Amino acid sequence: MTVLEVDGLFKEFPIRSGLLQRKTGQVRAVQDVSFAIGRGETLALVGESGCGKTTVSRCILRALPPTKGAIRFSPEEGTIFDVASLSRRALRPLRRHIQMIFQDPYASLNPRMMVGDIIAEPLLVNGFAAVRRQARVRELLDLVGLPAAARTRFPHAFSGGQRQRIGIARALALDPTLVVADEPVSALDVSVQAQIINLLLDLQDRLGLSMLFVAHDLGVVRHVSDRVAVMYVGRIVETAPTAMLYTRPRHPYTEALLAAVPKPDPALRDQASAPAGEIADPANPPPGCAFHPRCPYANERCRTELPVLREISPAHWSACHRTAELSLRGVA
Amino acid sequence: MVESMNDARHALSVRNLVVDFVQDTGTIRALDGVNLDLHAGRVLGVVGESGCGKSVTARAILRLLDRTGEITSGRVFLDPGSPEQQDLAALDPEGRVMRAVRGGRIGLIFQEPMTALSVHYTVGNQIIEAMRAHGDLSKAAARERVVTLLHEVGIPRPETRIDSYPFQLSGGLRQRVGIALALAADPEILIADEPTTALDVTTQAQILALLRRLQRTKGVALMLITHDMGVIAQMADDVAVMYLGRIVEFAPVAELFTAPRHPYTRALLRSVPNLRAVPRERLATIGGAVPHPGARPLGCPFHPRCPEVIAGRCESEAPAGISPGEAGASCFHAMAETAHAEATA
Repeated sequence: MTVLEVDGLFKEFPIRSGLLQRKTGQVRAVQDVSFAIGRGETLALVGESGCGKTTVSRCILRALPPTKGAIRFSPEEGTIFDVASLSRRALRPLRRHIQMIFQDPYASLNPRMMVGDIIAEPLLVNGFAAVRRQARVRELLDLVGLPAAARTRFPHAFSGGQRQRIGIARALALDPTLVVADEPVSALDVSVQAQIINLLLDLQDRLGLSMLFVAHDLGVVRHVSDRVAVMYVGRIVETAPTAMLYTRPRHPYTEALLAAVPKPDPALRDQASAPAGEIADPANPPPGCAFHPRCPYANERCRTELPVLREISPAHWSACHRTAELSLRGVA
Repeated sequence: MVESMNDARHALSVRNLVVDFVQDTGTIRALDGVNLDLHAGRVLGVVGESGCGKSVTARAILRLLDRTGEITSGRVFLDPGSPEQQDLAALDPEGRVMRAVRGGRIGLIFQEPMTALSVHYTVGNQIIEAMRAHGDLSKAAARERVVTLLHEVGIPRPETRIDSYPFQLSGGLRQRVGIALALAADPEILIADEPTTALDVTTQAQILALLRRLQRTKGVALMLITHDMGVIAQMADDVAVMYLGRIVEFAPVAELFTAPRHPYTRALLRSVPNLRAVPRERLATIGGAVPHPGARPLGCPFHPRCPEVIAGRCESEAPAGISPGEAGASCFHAMAETAHAEATA
C-alpha cells in the first residue's frame, strides 16, 4: 500500500533584483519529481547541496507551497489527501500523521523546556489529558533508549546523540504514519551515528513506519533505505532498490557519486575519482542533461535533449540517453 | 612513492604536550601528553571524534589557542635534532619568530575557508599580502606568482579569478583559494583541519586529490586532521588515533586498518557505514558517548565504553602512552600482546 505519492512536483523560487524587486529570473529548485513510498518502506533522497532534496521534503511537510504537482498522502487505507492543494486549515488534522526529524539536535530543541515537556508538546497540542501524556512520555523515552529520569532535565545536559533521541521521541509521540528525516545523523560523531542508525532501523521494524530519508552520505543510506532516488539539479536522475543502485548504477552521476566516496580501505588508494567541474547552478542549468558538462560519456544528444526518467529494468529507473549502452561501475 | 619514515627529514616533533583550558568551573585538560612527529613528504593522519583534542593539537602547534587555553607543559620542536631546532611552545605567540613560522614555515588549511579569508579583499590581494609578509617580493612579481599558484590549485581562469571576492566563489573554489593561501609562502609543513568536511562528496574527492598531488610534488609534511576513516585510508601514511586528549594508537595506515590494536580503534572502524552493507544491516556501536573533557574518567579514559575492560585495573590505572615514533596502542591488552610477541621472538 502506498503511503505517499509525489506526482510531477515543481518548486520554483523567484530571483528578485533592483529597486522595485522585480522578478528577474527563477531558481528551478525541484523539477518534475515523482516517487512513491509504501507502508513500512524507507526511501532515501540523495544528492549534493542544491540538488533540491531538502526542498522536496519541505514541500511534503508543506513548509513550502509547491509550484505545481500533487502530493498524495494516505494516513490510512482508503483515505487520500492532496497535501499540495489543501488549505492550511484543512491540513491541520493531517499534520500529526507526518512528522519530522531534524539534522541539528542542538538547534531543534527549546533549551528552556524540560525534555518531558518537549516530548509531550505534540500530545498537549492534540488534546491528550495530563495522565495520558505522562504515560506516553515514559513509553517514548524507553522506546528511544533514554532513562526515565531524562524527563525532568533540560536539553543542555545531553550529548548530541541523546538530543537526537529526544528529537526522535518527539517525532514519534503521535504515532505518525510517515517520518521525514532530513540528514538526521550527519551532525553526529561516527560512533554515535551508528547508534542512531540502528535505533531508526529498530523503530521502523517495531512500528512499521514509512520514512523519507534525506541524506548526502551514501554509506548511511545503504544501511537504512529500501530504495534510493538520486537527485541532481532539481531532478531525479536515477531510482532503484538500494542494493541494485549500488552494485549496478545506471546513471553516470550515480557512478560518479559512488566513486567519489573515500573508502575506508587503504588498499583501494588512488582509485577514488571525482568528476571534473562543479555542480550546475539551478538558476541557470545547462541545456539538455544537466550533468552533461561533467559527464565522461556525454555526446551531442546529451547537450541538447533533456533525458526522461525511464524504467530500464523492473523497478530501476534512469534518466540517461546512453544508459542502455553504458556499463557503469558500482561498488562490488 | 613515499620515502620511509627513517629517510625522510624530520620536520616537527611534539613531545608530552599538555594543554589546559581555564574556565570559571575549573580547569579542563584538553591535551594530556601528546607525542607526534611530522616528516617531509609524509602524511600524518590524526583521527578522532569531537572533543578528542585533534584541533587543539593543531592550534597549540601554531600557538593559536584562544585566551583561555594554555600550554601547561611539553615541547613543539621545529627542525628537531638540527642545529636550528626551535621550541615553538616556548616562544611568544605574538612574537616575531612565531609570526614568521605561522603561515611562513607552517601553512594552515581550515574546514571553512572563510575562517582564513576576509570578505573585504579580493582573493588575489589576500594571497599577495601573505606572500609579501613572508618574503621579499615586489607587488607585480607577487601577482604573477599568485596566478601560477591559483592555476596550480585548479582554479579555472586564474587571471580573472584573482580579482574575485571570496563570496563570488563556490565552496569548492573557496577551499582551493584557502589551500593557495596556505601555500603562499611555500611552507614545509601543512596542517589541514577537516579540510573537506564542509564539502560535497564529489568536491571532496577533487580537493583530496589536489592535496595529495601538492603534498607529493612539493614534498611537504602534511598533518591531516579528520573524523572520517575513509579520508584517513585514502590519504595518510601514518595514523594517530586520539581519544580524550591522548593518542591511544599510532600505526602505519595499512597496519591500522588490517590489525588495529586499540579497542577504540577497532570499534571506530566497525561503526563506519559500509557501501557494501546488506539492506537494513545494523552497525557495530560503541556504548555511551565521548565524556566531556571536564569529566575525564580515572584510569584509562576509554574504560567506561570499552568492551574489553579489565575489571579492577582499567578503572584505576592508566596505561602508559605510546613511545614516540613507534607503532603501538595505549592499552593493557595491546601492551601484553607486544610483550608476548617479543618474548616468543
